[in-house]
Amino acid sequence: MTALAFFHRRGWIVSPLTAACFAVILFWGTVALLAPWLIRYPIGEIVDYDYFSPVSSLNWLGSDYMGRDMYSRILMGARLTIGISLAGTVLAGVVGVAFGMIAGTIGGLFDQVLSRCIDAFVGIPNLLLALVIVAAGGSSIPVLILSVAVIFAPSCYRFSRSMAVNVGAMDFVVAARARGEGIVYLIRSEVLPNIIGPVLADMGLTFVKIVLLLSGLSFLGLGVQPPAADWGGLVRENMIGLSYGAAAVVFPCIAIASLTLAINMLIDNLPRRIRDRSPQ
Amino acid sequence: MHSLAVKLILQRIAISLLTLLFVSVAVFLITGLLPSDLAEDLLGQAVTPEAAAALRETLGLDGSPLQRYVSWMTGFLQGDLGMSLVSQRPIADLIRERLPNSVTLAAITMALTIPFALSLGILAAVYRGSWFDRAASAMAVLLISIPEFVIATVTVIIFAVWLRWLPALSFSPDADSIWEVLRAYAMPVGVLVLSSCSQMIRLSRAAVIDTLKTSYIENATLKGARRWRLVFRHALPNAVAPIVNSIALSMSSLLGGVIIIETIFNYPGLAKLMVDAVTSRDMPLIQTCAMLFTGFYLILITAADIIAILSNPRLTDR
Repeated sequence: MTALAFFHRRGWIVSPLTAACFAVILFWGTVALLAPWLIRYPIGEIVDYDYFSPVSSLNWLGSDYMGRDMYSRILMGARLTIGISLAGTVLAGVVGVAFGMIAGTIGGLFDQVLSRCIDAFVGIPNLLLALVIVAAGGSSIPVLILSVAVIFAPSCYRFSRSMAVNVGAMDFVVAARARGEGIVYLIRSEVLPNIIGPVLADMGLTFVKIVLLLSGLSFLGLGVQPPAADWGGLVRENMIGLSYGAAAVVFPCIAIASLTLAINMLIDNLPRRIRDRSPQ
Repeated sequence: MHSLAVKLILQRIAISLLTLLFVSVAVFLITGLLPSDLAEDLLGQAVTPEAAAALRETLGLDGSPLQRYVSWMTGFLQGDLGMSLVSQRPIADLIRERLPNSVTLAAITMALTIPFALSLGILAAVYRGSWFDRAASAMAVLLISIPEFVIATVTVIIFAVWLRWLPALSFSPDADSIWEVLRAYAMPVGVLVLSSCSQMIRLSRAAVIDTLKTSYIENATLKGARRWRLVFRHALPNAVAPIVNSIALSMSSLLGGVIIIETIFNYPGLAKLMVDAVTSRDMPLIQTCAMLFTGFYLILITAADIIAILSNPRLTDR
């Protein structure tokens, strides 16, 4: 527990729960990065003549409906799930937060019009929008990244805008405005440093929502397309094994749940000053 | 009524209408962006330029995008939904078959979710910090973090594979007895309740905790009001707005849940129809389903917002 000691020395109180969540996230991050060197068989190779076999020394997490190694497939699936979600989060976050800060800082007509449009946009249910986009654009990985980014940029916008409006009313920003500082300076040096904590926490929650949406899409067969499979896709292809309670269905479910739960619990338990999501 | 309340309500309705317009344009544009020519796809091997042009005309695919949008919208508003490209049947018929099933599923789910989630949330707030509160909050975080299909998978493994109480992944709507109907609906409804209750538990708990912290509650406590009188008489009426809001918010997860659950359990509802339409790229059907879903969703959340506005005495009392 050297990590714990490190945090304690800096005066951060880290509960064992937080440390455990952090460890799970770190674990999946490492797995996603190193998957090609960790897998035991090529993911398309049929290594077991029996399908849906249970956990064994040959197939650590059992085998799937074609007798392929689930351990290798889950590890490579982590790359897809985490990679696409992360790219989508970053894209949605950068675009949403940039426009949110601009609108929140300059206000006026730009803010009014953009915010009303975003209000209207947020009224569209996520999965529905994703279905429509995928129906038209296909399910290639770039389309998936773009569609989750389009779907979640408005909520990033709303969150960062409300934070920026609050910071903008504070004395030091009013003073900077009175000095005649430009919009770029205001955003970069006054607004951004003061909202970055909550904004990052919000992006963590967005990442979870994207993972859930993406796995849902793949589960419906409309996300990542075979032969590649992310975690949602792995659950889908092995659904026929559900009635025997096959390992091939259970383990991808555990993978998704462990990652999303760890991130949500970590963010729930962040110190108040970082997490505080209710703009004061 | 207060003029401010009227103004807020009108504003809310205007935003919903704007959203609907937005969705209609977006759906039309996105589905119109298809690179392939639908008429040629449909004709397949038998394609000739003349045949393709004729089919395009019958499908309403000729004309400028604006013309097509206007004719689609006017048709839609008059109840003429067009033909499904894949099944070659009127979309209105398909919808009429499926819609009651989805409405039944959603209505049963909401009828169970609202009392379940609100009582959990309110109890957790009243006994804040107790083991019950911690358990309820932990359950809410758990359910909010995992996708609907994982909840469904776990439920099927427990109730169908281990306990063998319920049939796995099959939905038979023509069951004979009440018992059979209950058995058929138990799993889809149960999973939907679980997947849509978490937001409501969290938000209603937070709302009641917020009102319990106010000075009028403190005053009532000092005057010796009993705990439950305090909650029901003083705190809850003031927490109605955020609670109704939480119900509206959970509509979104309910809708996402319905799409997944109908697919998993092979339930013959509107969401399954739409997912199948997306798989087969049946664009007119997708457009109609998307409009219907958004319309329902907007009606529900707008109604919730209006209730929230009306329940605020500061906006309605003179």
